[in-house]
Amino acid sequence: MDENLKSELRKQGIVATTLQELYNWGRKNSLWPLNFGLACCAIEMIAASMARYDMARFGAEVFRPSPRQADLMIVAGTVTKKMAPQVVRLYNQMAEPKYVISMGACAISGGPFKQGYNVLKGIDRYIPVDVYIPGCPPRPEALIDALMTLQKMIDRQPLTGPDRPRHLQADAPSEFIVPEFGAHDLDPSQNPEVWQAPLVNISLAGTDDAGND
Amino acid sequence: MSTATEAIRIIPKSPGANDEGQWLEVSMGPQHPSTHGVFRMDVVLDGERIVKLKPVFGYLHRNHEKIAENESYLGSMPYTDRLDYFCSLTNNWAYALAVEKLAGIQVPERAEYIRIITAELTRFQNHACLIGFLTQDMGASGTPLMYAFREREKILDLFESLTGARMMCNYMRFGGCRVDLPAGWIEQARAAVASFPRFLDEFEQLLASNEILMARTQGVGVLSKEFAVNAGVSGPVLRASGVNYDVRKADKYGIYDRFAFKIPLGEHGDTYDRYMVRLLEMRESLKILELALRDIPAGPIVDPKTKIRGFRPKPGEAYAHIEAPKGDLGFYLISDGSSNPYRYRVRPPSLVNLTVLEELCIGHNVADVVVILGSIDIVMGEVDR
Amino acid sequence: MTLETIESEIEANVPGCVLEIVSNPSPSGQHSLRIDPAHAVAIATFLRDAEPLRLDYCSNVTGVDWPGKEISEKVKIKKLVDGVEQEVEEVRKTQTLGHLEVVYHLYSMEKKHGPVILRMSTEDRADRVHLPSLTPVWRSAEFQEREIFDLYGVIFDGHPDLRRILMWDGFQDHPMRRDYVEPDDFEYEPTPHDEVLERARQHRTIMGVQ
Repeated sequence: MDENLKSELRKQGIVATTLQELYNWGRKNSLWPLNFGLACCAIEMIAASMARYDMARFGAEVFRPSPRQADLMIVAGTVTKKMAPQVVRLYNQMAEPKYVISMGACAISGGPFKQGYNVLKGIDRYIPVDVYIPGCPPRPEALIDALMTLQKMIDRQPLTGPDRPRHLQADAPSEFIVPEFGAHDLDPSQNPEVWQAPLVNISLAGTDDAGND
Repeated sequence: MSTATEAIRIIPKSPGANDEGQWLEVSMGPQHPSTHGVFRMDVVLDGERIVKLKPVFGYLHRNHEKIAENESYLGSMPYTDRLDYFCSLTNNWAYALAVEKLAGIQVPERAEYIRIITAELTRFQNHACLIGFLTQDMGASGTPLMYAFREREKILDLFESLTGARMMCNYMRFGGCRVDLPAGWIEQARAAVASFPRFLDEFEQLLASNEILMARTQGVGVLSKEFAVNAGVSGPVLRASGVNYDVRKADKYGIYDRFAFKIPLGEHGDTYDRYMVRLLEMRESLKILELALRDIPAGPIVDPKTKIRGFRPKPGEAYAHIEAPKGDLGFYLISDGSSNPYRYRVRPPSLVNLTVLEELCIGHNVADVVVILGSIDIVMGEVDR
Repeated sequence: MTLETIESEIEANVPGCVLEIVSNPSPSGQHSLRIDPAHAVAIATFLRDAEPLRLDYCSNVTGVDWPGKEISEKVKIKKLVDGVEQEVEEVRKTQTLGHLEVVYHLYSMEKKHGPVILRMSTEDRADRVHLPSLTPVWRSAEFQEREIFDLYGVIFDGHPDLRRILMWDGFQDHPMRRDYVEPDDFEYEPTPHDEVLERARQHRTIMGVQ
């Protein structure tokens, strides 16, 4: 429908909408996050839901302790290799439609701890992530910004066609491989369906040190 | 005990038990709303009663010590912020103190005052939030925690204007502090400190004689004096059992000997005493803060002779500890003369305090475990490092 | 009480023990006492209970890895060179075994003094890594000794519950040892440099990606 016509009608007291808009409007304004904090960022997540920042203004204050009742997973903090299987399992247990916010440098890439032997270098190696928030830890405002970004993303999703959300595609995967504990590392160390090492622009031609300096 | 895939398991009672029936083994955590992070307990239950409880750690083991051994001395300072992420400034202080001992560095007077002010503010906000979380674990969902976070934001504003960060302050340096107090900071801090007694009165009125809080905490999780000492418990948990040991008094690090303050001690060693000791400690912190904000002298904030770049202490070792809000936080450093520490060790108060968890919980109901754990005050960043 | 008096007190009360004062050259001046593992529990019990010391609070337990070193020394030996006996200098290399060390920091809550530092060493880093556990004396060592078992591989005899604590049960390495090689899962930055570039290169050659 033409936007001008729609706003003209609204001035006359007639609200015209589409099923898609109504459906997405409902979805985006009642995101229930999973009550699940991993590390430092979780404290800022709590601060975001407290009086000063008040995430409830954006319809996302109902933190649910059970993954079955939640539809937004905020990965707030360092994911260690010992914790990664549990995080993936929690994601698998959430009902569609489900979204992931990767909060903080650690959840994105391992952050300051990425040299660690027990630190997973980014949760996106196992599960798809919708919004990344940089920062160590990100301020509550940044979390609110990520939430609004996610709301805009949900709002734009068409209900039909190839770009429709995953829960409307019967054959789209909803569960991902849960890694096992191996003798030296997790097995597999990443899920190739979700993540592949980005191509690095370096020269491998022996003694040629291009890119070194 | 149970693997990660079986969260609940029925097991036969141990042979020799008189009554028939079965035990239930439940894995509480690592994702559990009341475990204060990614902490897991393998609990064996007889009905509602705890028979066995084994803590499982490591879900936030992010290799702090290994990384620090491959990092310069100063490079580890930001990592200490992330140990006990509620109290980054006391962590900074403990580490700075250890390096100062290792290299024989003196700290100017103004920096000592700033350290005490920031450390006591940290203690105040940590205890306030802990009480908020503790009451939330008892079912008072929201209100006390909201009040605590409201006050915490005032302190975080002070930290932010001083250090540039709300939580990860990375403020202290070997031989002093990073930047001087900005203009007007002392007045702002005085105003904040002056507003806290009213908050404490309100908090106490709301909670201290609350019937539900008393019923849930009095006589729950009693820790005896002898066991507390032997298990190396420290901080408010130790003092709630009546042991008079506070590193601020015992070691007199910094300039704590110039301040008159009392050490609140508990009598019963139960959860209520642990709660009360913290509430009283907050009032003592305010006393120290008032004095320190009154007496702070002018002067340099860092020893100008201290080398920042190319800092290489002579071979040797040093151990220093301070009274962090959670307990006795120590740093142990071995230097081999290079720019990285040969061995870097954190003595985490939260981890050692958890030694007593099983003994405190046995015989109580499942719901009490949550309260007892809340009163021990753990932060997983420090437990697992 | 100086460390020398503590040493003579222990020697008088724990017969047969071997003690050695390890001096610390740093300005901290925290010297320590190396004790022999065979008498460790008796020494610890004495330190905890004896009246003037009463070190009732074992604060910190640390593991330290001292890997073996290659020591090369020049030796002069007589050798037949072209049928003539000559004195030739040769470099002889010996590999020391190295050892794992455990350090205990003791305080007294009753008398408010400390720290008294005890050290114990294993014989090598491979098989003879047993040390007596001091958890029966100070319960506070329980989790910290488990951590050293996990990260360094020291086996504490007499520990009530010696399992891995930070890493998972099936994990096989001891990651805090200095020769530990971590799994190759380095993060590949878009603009790698220095160490990261080197790691990325190695990874590419292993994976066979061009």
